Amino acid sequence: MAETKVIPDKAVKEITALFHHVPKKSATCIEALKIIQNHNRWVSDDAVKELAVLLEMSPDEIDGVATFYNIIFRQPVGRHIIHLCNSVSCYILGYEKIEDHIKNKLKVGFGETTPDGRFTFLPIPCLGTCDHGPAMIIDEDLHRDLTAEKVDEILEKYQ
Amino acid sequence: MPLGLIMAKIFVDNIEYEVPDGKNLLEVCLSLGFNLTYFCWHPAMHSVGACRQCGVINFKDENDKRGRLVMSCMQAATNGTRISIEDPRARAFRAGNIEALMLNHPHDCPVCDEGGECHLQDMTVMSGHNYRRNTFKKRTHYNQYLGPFINHEMNRCIQCYRCVRFYNDYAGGKDLAVFAAHDDVYFGRQEEGVLENEFSGNLVEVCPTGVFTDKVLRKHYTRKWDLTSAPSVCHQCSLGCNILTSERYGGIRRILTRYNGDVNGYFICDRGRFGYEYTNSDQRIKQPSKNTDNSSQPLSTEDALHDVKDSIFSKKNIIGIGSPRASLESNFMLKELVGENNFYGGIPKRESDLVHRVISILHQGKVKTPSLKEVESYDAILILGEDVTNTAPMLALAVRQAAKNQPREKAYALRIPQWDDAAVRESVQGQTGPVYLLTTHHTKLDEIATKAEYAAPDDIAITGFEIVQQITRLSQSANGDESSQSFTASVARDLLKAKKPLIISGTSLYNTAIIQAAANIAYSLKDNGKDAGLVYAVPEVNSMGMSMLEQKNLDDAIGRAKEGGVDAVIIAENDLYFRVDRDIANDFLKNCHHVLVLENLQNETTTKADYILPAGTFAESTGTVVNNEGRAQRFYQVYKPSNEMRSSWDWLNEIRNSISGVHAENFDAVVDEMIKKYPELAKVKSVAPDANFRKGTQKIPRETARYSGRTAMLANINVSEPKPPVDKDSPLSFTMEGYQGVPPSPDVPFFWSPGWNSVQSINRYQTEVGGALHGGNPGVRLLEPSNENKSGYFNQSTEKFSRREGEWLVIPFYHIYGSDELSVKGPALAERIPPVYIAMNGKDLEKGNLKDGDHIEITFNQNKLSISVKSENTLPEGIAGLPKGFKETTGIEFPFWGRIRKV
Amino acid sequence: MEQPLTQHIKKDGSVLSLKEYEAVGGYQGLKKALKMTPKEVMQMVKDSNLRGRGGAGFPTGMKWSFVPMDDHAPHPKYIVANGDEMEPGTFKDRVLVEGNPHQLIEGMIISAYAIQADISYIFLRWAYHEAAKRVEVAIHEAYQAGYLGERIAGSDFHLEMHLHTSVGRYMCGEETALLNALEGKRANPRSKPPFPQVSGLFGKPTIVNNVETFNNIPHIIDKGTEWYQALSKSPDGGGTKLYGVSGHVKKPAIWELPLGVSLRELIEEHAGGMMDGYKFRAALPGGASTDFLTEEHLDVAMDFTNVMKAGSRMGTGTVIVLDDKTCPVGMVLNLEKFFAQESCGWCTPCREGLPWTAKILDAIENGRGMMNQLDILSFETVYMAPGNTFCALAPGAMEPLQSALKYFREDFERHIKEHKCPWD
Ligand SMILES: Cc1cc2nc3c(=O)[nH]c(=O)nc-3n(C[C@H](O)[C@H](O)[C@H](O)COP(=O)(O)O)c2cc1C
Ligand code: SF4
Ligand code: FES
Repeated sequence: MAETKVIPDKAVKEITALFHHVPKKSATCIEALKIIQNHNRWVSDDAVKELAVLLEMSPDEIDGVATFYNIIFRQPVGRHIIHLCNSVSCYILGYEKIEDHIKNKLKVGFGETTPDGRFTFLPIPCLGTCDHGPAMIIDEDLHRDLTAEKVDEILEKYQ
Repeated sequence: MPLGLIMAKIFVDNIEYEVPDGKNLLEVCLSLGFNLTYFCWHPAMHSVGACRQCGVINFKDENDKRGRLVMSCMQAATNGTRISIEDPRARAFRAGNIEALMLNHPHDCPVCDEGGECHLQDMTVMSGHNYRRNTFKKRTHYNQYLGPFINHEMNRCIQCYRCVRFYNDYAGGKDLAVFAAHDDVYFGRQEEGVLENEFSGNLVEVCPTGVFTDKVLRKHYTRKWDLTSAPSVCHQCSLGCNILTSERYGGIRRILTRYNGDVNGYFICDRGRFGYEYTNSDQRIKQPSKNTDNSSQPLSTEDALHDVKDSIFSKKNIIGIGSPRASLESNFMLKELVGENNFYGGIPKRESDLVHRVISILHQGKVKTPSLKEVESYDAILILGEDVTNTAPMLALAVRQAAKNQPREKAYALRIPQWDDAAVRESVQGQTGPVYLLTTHHTKLDEIATKAEYAAPDDIAITGFEIVQQITRLSQSANGDESSQSFTASVARDLLKAKKPLIISGTSLYNTAIIQAAANIAYSLKDNGKDAGLVYAVPEVNSMGMSMLEQKNLDDAIGRAKEGGVDAVIIAENDLYFRVDRDIANDFLKNCHHVLVLENLQNETTTKADYILPAGTFAESTGTVVNNEGRAQRFYQVYKPSNEMRSSWDWLNEIRNSISGVHAENFDAVVDEMIKKYPELAKVKSVAPDANFRKGTQKIPRETARYSGRTAMLANINVSEPKPPVDKDSPLSFTMEGYQGVPPSPDVPFFWSPGWNSVQSINRYQTEVGGALHGGNPGVRLLEPSNENKSGYFNQSTEKFSRREGEWLVIPFYHIYGSDELSVKGPALAERIPPVYIAMNGKDLEKGNLKDGDHIEITFNQNKLSISVKSENTLPEGIAGLPKGFKETTGIEFPFWGRIRKV
Repeated sequence: MEQPLTQHIKKDGSVLSLKEYEAVGGYQGLKKALKMTPKEVMQMVKDSNLRGRGGAGFPTGMKWSFVPMDDHAPHPKYIVANGDEMEPGTFKDRVLVEGNPHQLIEGMIISAYAIQADISYIFLRWAYHEAAKRVEVAIHEAYQAGYLGERIAGSDFHLEMHLHTSVGRYMCGEETALLNALEGKRANPRSKPPFPQVSGLFGKPTIVNNVETFNNIPHIIDKGTEWYQALSKSPDGGGTKLYGVSGHVKKPAIWELPLGVSLRELIEEHAGGMMDGYKFRAALPGGASTDFLTEEHLDVAMDFTNVMKAGSRMGTGTVIVLDDKTCPVGMVLNLEKFFAQESCGWCTPCREGLPWTAKILDAIENGRGMMNQLDILSFETVYMAPGNTFCALAPGAMEPLQSALKYFREDFERHIKEHKCPWD
């Protein structure tokens, strides 16, 4: 097997374990990118190249896939990722106020990371919890019925 | 129309047409001559329905007055199909689609290198969209460095996806992709860098606008309507792809594909496209000269002819050395001039024997050699000993298409139409049909091979003979030996299962047994009722033609000179130092005493010449060459040089005139003489119309009606325009004046049609999209197989390779950029030549205590070469691979036994 | 009122375990199905008149019937549950998957049996982390209990099941793009025909159904088609439907109701009417890619035919309510920005047209609009009509816009004339 430097061995194991499900290794590309991200928080150029060897694809093919999707990060991200829903129901329920609140509080706009590397702030389409908007996901936790005060409380939990 | 084709009646804007049933509707409309816009559809890559530019209104029947908009590229034309191209809703949709594409397309036509030949420009005009309603900023992208051939300008991209479809799906490239999504999609590489695929240059033609453009042209850019162009034949390998060569200000500016439905179709390789720069080299010989050891004296043509008569033709034994890169006519005239017994084919014996063997197999054997395009129709392939990607690149591209045939049949069985490219691909899932490779080492086609095996040249031949036995065994036993998994058994099984098996081989390993084994396999398939094919790659553009004219070879000439039988030699377009060991070349030229060379570029041979005459390259000459298929094809002089460069046959004709008063009036007269002497070449006469051919009273212009700059070009010298030169050798004129319609197919100097300024106008030159050019595809086959198989099976006479202690069998490795004599002299191509190396199996390296990059010294015959090693573990032990034709390896005759020592 | 799909979902939000599911009759449908022939199962689903719950309402049994079933049929065949649910305003599949994953699994196994599939996937959107965890556990439980794997419930039938959690793209919900995503590729849609039933995942016969659709299957088999038909108030199709309402209503939520309840009933009864201080203005009846309905349509029965007659589509049946305090232009801008962002970039009208549409709306909303831009917007709705684009994303995107131009034209014009948003 190819030697990997930036993809941890554990991730390599998880990826190769998927191979027997699928008719060809390349079919695991998306899962593999996600596994790498679970371990490394983001997918670096080197990771793309290593994965290419692992999946018998070219880095170009892999990156074509990686850059297509919203949730694969090809740039470093903060320790915590705030995904604020900006879709229609949350729009009606006033997500923009929450957005402004977070912007003012953390001094970052959408797509940016706080200088201390604590948060990356991103918009996300509908989180499927429209009856409890505005909503956001931080890391893997869903937070609903947001108000400015609630947001302050929630952010405290993520250091 | 092919017989047996079912026809359908369709209605386009209420007019009835008969078209082949089930054909793609967009293709049908284009074949019928309609101006229907499109981008993502490509005649060789078919439909994916992405750009939505080809919308028409489709009516259910004559009672349906509303109809609905459909993409014509995603529909079949069947009986009763009723569409409207002109319906206002369809027109508005197509114009709106262009408007959408123009939202982000820069308005930079005046400075864009695609301008004037831009499919987007054409389609914009055709759609009727002309008013800009968009008030917002355009999105912009970074551009990438993509190597010496291709320029990248992503802002112009209209996201038709053709580039990735060609580069990846069609040509097997890996390093171009589409990134991101929505209106951010980006076509490029993961990181800047050289586009590696051998066919990347086709992006220039595949891209409907100016994203991928010809970087070499950019270096000496000229507006495309200001080019003077001629139909030409690529001289960079033996396949003879058809090209359009274009000139401006006395230099070649670019090469485009010249569509030939039998040969190269819509594409050419990068060596062919970018390998022309040597024609503009400062090493070009432009004037006759007389040379002594330390001086070179330019001569006028008259003086040169005079001097040559006096000092060469006063000698008794004058011999001529022909060349596989010179035309049939030039070789013939040289033979005429020196006489039957004194002419020698300009290649060493072992190469000459191979080419003659190939000719006799194709002529006397019973298996047909398909045209390059036809290769794509075979459904099982075995390649014996040839690295086709590097020796005959377009053949590799054809093999890649053929490899898709068997899996595609399954898709067609699901009633997925052949033109539904994406659906076919999704159904096929990248599977390939049987392709077996038996080569000396890993080659690029391995990635599509069912199985690849590596062996010494002799062992390749032996395995080939074993395959014949397997075929016999399988066909004789009732249900065959289905069990054996051996290479030979699987090859035999798959070849026998196929409808059309194809055997590909070639001369590159200088091994007669391989050639014979390939023939035997093809014969045995044929004997088993298969529609088998047999293709050989040969070394050079006219290896076949020259060998058809002459049996004798360079070794014969060298032998004769050594024995003192030569007083003077005339060498036409041949650097002997490229062909034989330099000591041998030195001795030979010395033994010839007097040397006259006709040549394009200065080389070692010209440094030994007493007289040099400037011979035109393919760009400044007219002639006929015969490709590996035995197809004779005409290439035409592109422009009239302002110096003394001209076709070698022309020089030789003048020399003959000056010494004997016999003068062929023009090119046609030379051809007439030739076919009278060599009736087997009679068909050469019909390769292209002769010089008297006129459309009405008109010649065929080499310049488009849009040509603009002629009167201004020389105005700094004289305001009155000089009379344009006359071409007495062809029906082509050197100006824009002349017949404006579609010329006879061999004489198409450019593709253009009103409203269609890009290469997409090829549609208008074909009987149907992707079919033959009007009047048939250019070229005439000179070799057809014999029914009685006069050749018969060959006996196996090879012995298994056994390695020698302390010695290596050194075989040639080929590189698309580097192994060819002339293309490497251009700067763009030269950038792509890898550093020289010697490849050996890692185990051999270990034994010799060597690792990658170490320097070794290899000794052979009287030569020594110091070179770095590279491990190539697929190469059998005891064998080493050395790039052929590189500066360091030029003239080396392969294969040879060498001793290797670490330094 | 029967609520077969949701009745066992626990109010505390915790998941129904395998044991709990079995205790309330879970996997009975499967056991029955395995005693029938695949053909009989398929026939029952046809007879039940179940129509797909993914948005288009295609009859499920009919969809299955295109799968080649003869002895030479290609294998493996695949079956995929579409749980991408990224349609803004839609939040029904999450409830089913989080609350009762076994019901989905059982439905998939039965469906797989009907088409003789070998491998199944649950395609869940990335954001449904909790759902994913629960499905993971449920699949494991089902394997342990012999409902998945070899010789399912003692029969000859076998089925593999995998969970795929996507990496975020609305396009992944489009069934052919979903297949590309499952193959590890960019989620561009594929041309149809050939339909996935013939050439789908990895080129093999494949069925993609919505999560809710699968949830119906066990009950159809278990309780019969007549019972199932009777659940519905609408001649349009059988069964119940998960309806939801979001926006400024008193009790936004999801409810399982007979197919064909009226929009008024949904908003006024189940959602408790508008929040105080808000007036109803219009609603998107079934997610972001449906046309607005207004006051006059409140009594329309929420089924496929009637909503269509009213000029919209039932879509996912999750209603988004526009109130009088929210700017309709702003709402449409929000929708079009979403669609422009989520366009896969494959076909021209959508890739180029949607961002332009969004830019124009943005200009209008922010007081920089021009009257002629309304003509451009109208043109865009025609330009991106169904059939003109490669998939249904862009035509879906045009539905709220075209109806907004119809119903809220004055609001658009006021923005332009006043050079500002009147709601600001
Ligand atoms: C852009 C787009 C997004 C879609 N998203 C979903 C989705 O998230 N979930 C879903 O079930 N169907 C979605 N669909 C519909 C599916 O393509 C498909 O029709 C559906 O999964 C079929 O299931 P059904 O027959 O059970 O309704 C989407 C369609 C389009 C065009
Ligand atoms: S309409 Fe076209 S660009 Fe938009 S999502 Fe569908 S295929 Fe992609
Ligand atoms: S040519 Fe028909 S959609 Fe592009």
